[in-house]
Amino acid sequence: MRNLTLTAIAAITTLAFSTAAMAEKIAIIGGKVHTMSVQGTLDEATVLIEDGRITKIIPQTVSTDESYRVIDAKGKVVTPGFIGAFTSLGLMEVPSWSGTNDATVEDSNLNAALDASHAINPETSLKNITRIEGFTSVATSLSYTGSMFKGRGAIITLGDYDKPLIKKRAFMSMDLSNSGADANGGSRAAMWINLRKAFNEAIYAAPLDINPQTEWHGTVNIENIKALIPVVKGEQPLLIKTHRAADIRHILYMMENFKRLNVTLVGASEAWLVADELAAAGVAVILNPESNLPYGFEENAATLANAARLNAAGVDVAIGINTHNIRLAPQHAGNAVANGLPWEAGLAALTTIPAKIYGIDSYYGSLKPGMVADVVVWSGDPLEVMHAPDHVIINGDEIPLESRQTKLRDRYLVIDNEKPQQYTRP
Amino acid sequence: MHNPKLTKALFTSLTLVAAATIVGCSDDPAKAEQAPFVEINKNPFPSTYKALPSVPTLITNVTLLDGIGGMHENTSILLENGKIKAIGNDLPVPVDDANVIDGKGKWVTPGIIDVHSHLGVYATPDTGSHADGNEMVKPVTAAVWAEHSIWPQDPGFRRALAGGVTAMQILPGSGNLIGGRGVTVKNLPNRVVQDMKFPDAPYGLKMACGENPKRVYGKKGGPMTRMGNVAGYRQAWADAQNYQQAWDNYKKDYDAGKDAKAPKRDLNLETLAGVLEGEILVHMHCYRADDMGTMMDVMKEFDYQIASFQHAVGAYKIADKLAENNVCSAMWADWWGFKMEAYDGIRENIAMVANAKACAIVHSDSDQGIQRLNQEAAKALSDGQRAGINFTKADAWTWLSSNAAKSLGIFDKTGSLEAGKNADVVLWSTDPFSTYSQAELVFIDGGVAFDRNKPETWAISDYELGQVGEGDHK
Repeated sequence: MRNLTLTAIAAITTLAFSTAAMAEKIAIIGGKVHTMSVQGTLDEATVLIEDGRITKIIPQTVSTDESYRVIDAKGKVVTPGFIGAFTSLGLMEVPSWSGTNDATVEDSNLNAALDASHAINPETSLKNITRIEGFTSVATSLSYTGSMFKGRGAIITLGDYDKPLIKKRAFMSMDLSNSGADANGGSRAAMWINLRKAFNEAIYAAPLDINPQTEWHGTVNIENIKALIPVVKGEQPLLIKTHRAADIRHILYMMENFKRLNVTLVGASEAWLVADELAAAGVAVILNPESNLPYGFEENAATLANAARLNAAGVDVAIGINTHNIRLAPQHAGNAVANGLPWEAGLAALTTIPAKIYGIDSYYGSLKPGMVADVVVWSGDPLEVMHAPDHVIINGDEIPLESRQTKLRDRYLVIDNEKPQQYTRP
Repeated sequence: MHNPKLTKALFTSLTLVAAATIVGCSDDPAKAEQAPFVEINKNPFPSTYKALPSVPTLITNVTLLDGIGGMHENTSILLENGKIKAIGNDLPVPVDDANVIDGKGKWVTPGIIDVHSHLGVYATPDTGSHADGNEMVKPVTAAVWAEHSIWPQDPGFRRALAGGVTAMQILPGSGNLIGGRGVTVKNLPNRVVQDMKFPDAPYGLKMACGENPKRVYGKKGGPMTRMGNVAGYRQAWADAQNYQQAWDNYKKDYDAGKDAKAPKRDLNLETLAGVLEGEILVHMHCYRADDMGTMMDVMKEFDYQIASFQHAVGAYKIADKLAENNVCSAMWADWWGFKMEAYDGIRENIAMVANAKACAIVHSDSDQGIQRLNQEAAKALSDGQRAGINFTKADAWTWLSSNAAKSLGIFDKTGSLEAGKNADVVLWSTDPFSTYSQAELVFIDGGVAFDRNKPETWAISDYELGQVGEGDHK
């Protein structure tokens, strides 16, 4: 295990790779490469990797010198590593009744100030289970706080690092859906006022030199206010869970007053009704394209066409809201495609769009020289349920396609009738 | 049974039998003293299902999976009078008003049957008012019936229809050791629940292993452990045996001419006795392999059959034992980890169970999963293939239809494409093992229940009428 020293991508210029990183040179040869960058899709191309970065993409099959380890990708599909757009990965092993669950906070004065970054367990079994399905990094944040604010989330790599943070405090997460209203006494009438108040106090506090001596008479706890300052300054993306079209319109209205907010919607079942306005405001959406039922009155207009309609209006759509099964996001994207989303937009929803939302698109989410070498070689179309990764490369290292689940599988593939199965080491 | 009102109530559809008994009594002076024989009406909420109108339908040039392991390319299938009339290459074109569909490039399969749904009992909108699936007031509530909770206006039924689901079993939840009766329905909700009940389908009984009951009752008088759970099942079955015995004795004494008194009716034990009689099929929520192993011994102790373990996340560890005991496993392709007993879930579970020649079923337990069960089977198939378990697509469809139908006791009527079976049929836009495939036409008993290309014909639940999004592409 090593430290990933690109901890502070917050200031992306400080990004530096550990020289301890294995300097294996890899050539992925002959695959259909979806670069998701200016080079577009190349039918039979070569991707060269060195020191954890992509060094070159050649639009044909080439032969490399012996310094490269070759991965034969002929007949296969090569994509950027997928980015789990919205998860609590690393914050919980088992959510229900399990003792260790750092994704939820009860009875804390902190809400906006909560910080997922240092609660993440790099040894979670979800890491291997998720990455062998083509996910190389995820955004992770708390799922419940009892407040409309869910604190600050992080971006982590799924490579083998003691400190897997790619970007700590990468975004502020909040809930302005029915459950957000519940956290404000049960009504949107209170929720919007409290939100406005919090933003206004953060703006007021921004120029202050806040220390324990600072006199503060705001209604929001000073630690929470401090956490909201980068949000109102637009330095930190604000992810808002919301569904109802009217609520989305109100968010857009508030953005006229708080002009610097960098908003992305999460869930957003009725966002298609506000698609043009969202496109005009440059607001991206992270959604589950399969969510087509009216779970609440705020989702009556939920439809399988949500992703397609938003995309058609020019809204950036990311796909992937889950934790244990964030690995199913490619299937979700495939279903969005089945319901009208262009295939390329389906792939972007798992790569370039989440990278852009979190401001890590200079290093993650596409394949071009200089990018972090998070690359997946698929047996075929990754959005097809019957295809899977054959090779997963994270930060230039090919990871073994093994997890606790594959070990359980291998242990029980053949039952040993002579001695207990626990003696079987897969 | 001296309460005349109650006696009358018990008769309902069996009044003729009772009348005959009374008439018969007068012929035999020895029996003249006998009160009318009390017989329980086993079907007090009879199905009022009526098939949609249909015309003879011929689908030609199509790739067909028959749901029992066969695949036929470039074939035809003829539906007539609500039944599958014939499958083959030289089928006669039916009468003039027939619907002839060119199936070139498309696939035909049996309708998908989901053995585990909570549609209607946990309807959307997901409000407290609609939480009708778990009678969590005591650990054994065999007396409750899911059909009495089903709201036919749940929009989820129509979503499932667009996913090719033609029938499903709706179960109570898993909060209780014994949660109550499940019911098998056609996916054609109408004004009252009886309108969708699958005619002559046996009842199911929902039971639950493991975490859920002990979590619910741990601080409410127990059980609070797995061992407490098992004591609870065993006591319930022992009580049911006594009850069964009491009724057997009553019948025996009555037949012997004695003025026997019918035992007091107990709706809990009546359902459990129905299981012991083999009339009601047990579908048991069970995740862990060891829990399932224990339950198969309880099953033998009380001489009943578990039709299926539901979820069965650890079934791959004991697939041989499941095969030996003839218990089906209804599984997800890849759900795992949301609680400890789901922590050992693996993607090859379904294929490994099937590979041990145990009965494997793909189920949903989800209002979203039910819309894409074909994709769940596809994932299970390909995950198995990558692990060296080489089933075919034709094999995999048995997990969605015939095995499901067998576990529900309706395979004589549906679950495969065979002449004489109900015409529960789906025409897919392309290979249904592709993410991009969609159900174009869904037939239930030969009637077109869903036509993707005719939005103006789509059924809309009362809830969605007059709401934003009414009639939209759902």
